[in-house]
Amino acid sequence: MSEYVTYLTFFVLAAFLGYSVITKIPATLHTPLMSGSNAITGITLVGAVVVAGSGETTIATVLGFLAVVMATVNVVGGYLVSHYMLSDFHGGGE
Amino acid sequence: MVELLGDTGLSLVYLVAAILFIQGLRDMTHPRTAVRGNLTSAAGMFVAVAATVIAFEILDPAILLAGLVVGGAIGTVLAVKVQMTEMPQLVGFFNGMGGGASALVAGAEVVQLGSANGGAIPAEVGVAAAASGIIGAVTFTGSLVAAGKLHGLVTGSAIRYTGEHVVKAALLAIAVASGLYMIVQPDVLAGVLQGSAVPSFWLLLVAASVLGVTLVISIGGADMPVVIALLNAYSGLAAAGTGFVLGNSALIIAGTLVGAAGMILTVIMCESMNRSLTNVLFGGFGEAGTSDDEVDEIYEGNITETSPTEVEMLLDTASRVVIVPGYGMAVAQAQHAVAELSELLAENDVDVEFGIHPVAGRMPGHMNVLLAEADVPYDRMTELEEVNPTFAQTDVVFVIGANDVVNPLANTDDSSPIAGMPVLNVAEAGTVVVNKRSLSPGFSGIPNPLFAEDNCLMLFGDGQEMAQEVVGEYKESH
Repeated sequence: MSEYVTYLTFFVLAAFLGYSVITKIPATLHTPLMSGSNAITGITLVGAVVVAGSGETTIATVLGFLAVVMATVNVVGGYLVSHYMLSDFHGGGE
Repeated sequence: MVELLGDTGLSLVYLVAAILFIQGLRDMTHPRTAVRGNLTSAAGMFVAVAATVIAFEILDPAILLAGLVVGGAIGTVLAVKVQMTEMPQLVGFFNGMGGGASALVAGAEVVQLGSANGGAIPAEVGVAAAASGIIGAVTFTGSLVAAGKLHGLVTGSAIRYTGEHVVKAALLAIAVASGLYMIVQPDVLAGVLQGSAVPSFWLLLVAASVLGVTLVISIGGADMPVVIALLNAYSGLAAAGTGFVLGNSALIIAGTLVGAAGMILTVIMCESMNRSLTNVLFGGFGEAGTSDDEVDEIYEGNITETSPTEVEMLLDTASRVVIVPGYGMAVAQAQHAVAELSELLAENDVDVEFGIHPVAGRMPGHMNVLLAEADVPYDRMTELEEVNPTFAQTDVVFVIGANDVVNPLANTDDSSPIAGMPVLNVAEAGTVVVNKRSLSPGFSGIPNPLFAEDNCLMLFGDGQEMAQEVVGEYKESH
């Protein structure tokens, strides 16, 4: 159970950190931030890899495979569209 | 099962990935560093996934590889082919993929544990799996419906029916009860029903999936910016939940960061409409409606039409112009023509800016992305609070495809559905030119008295055609 307290600590600290990092974002970057942070959700891919990899039952392997596909769509697509959008922004002081 | 990379090694790599995500998000809060931020974040993802693949003895690398290739191909094709106007639905779709993947991973882990322990699942894993399953499934179907609405596959108007809240509550109750049953598995029934822990997870997934559909289908298109932001937060929380299931710090930290980002954007969107989240999720927008008589009374005899030629003459004598874009500009794909117009004006020493309302469009910051694609410089896009005080010194405001965000009723009529919503006070300018196809109301379903103001001219027609004609006229006379 104690490891879950540790995980809870990670969770709470990450929530505060995320809040302080992101609050000052200008409206212009809301969409790229959203698709970029959305791509980070694809971190669940790591979980999918673990589950699909350790697949001891067929059904877990099938679910793991589907999860890998969906998470990869999320990761690859998310980072790519964010990149396209961000490279369109000019005059940001460069 | 851990071989090449020890437990400690893997945890350290996850720490590196978490740092890269945080730094990436930090960089993404300024246009100058945003591209680098996105790449930093992507590098974090690569490190985390690569380390996981290496660290775990993969049962069947072929299956994993196939999944990565198929998913990567789908993601790439969609990202490359997307039009900027279709960006909201694509982001919504990707969001759904992330949520769905989290729910499936939780399910796979429940199946694994269930088969390994004869149906018994540790309580803390059960709680996390149930949370991840419910949130993930709601995110999955909710995002698909939102994307469908934005893409015009599902009606953009809110589908309301009597007892809808009862239906939603019942679905949530079924999902939660299934989750509880999976966790508690009363001893009395042990041996008989313990094995059904796994089926109860499927019931949970089905109920949550239907719940996601019912939640979003009853929300209108105008509220999609809020819904998309909220679902983004959900997908992060689902990933964090999966992290609890698997005992994986990388998932918890990254998922929570996304959850925080999504919640912040949700709050910003709600404030921009002066509405509470509950109101967006469970209340209607524009349900009130206005009778035709009332509309006629406001507009009858008070509408002044104008032409591209006349608009060009107005612009010719202006020294400060503000362009206010709305969703209509996106639909008409008029952003390039509008950008060209602003460039021409700037070349002739006109002070020209874009006044952008936070909820204009279908996704937070949607207008900014469209204008950036059309090469409008970042510093020419101005937010509501900055641009509002300048309207009194503005000669011409060109409203293109925006409606509710320039409706003065928000300030003057307490009973209006948009009462209290911060709007762009365009009527303070010398002349307002409004481009719309007709006098039809916006998403709020209410008429706009601005159109009947003395200093307001209506330029009826397709946004792209009208903007191009104004550009043509302007070029001719210069």
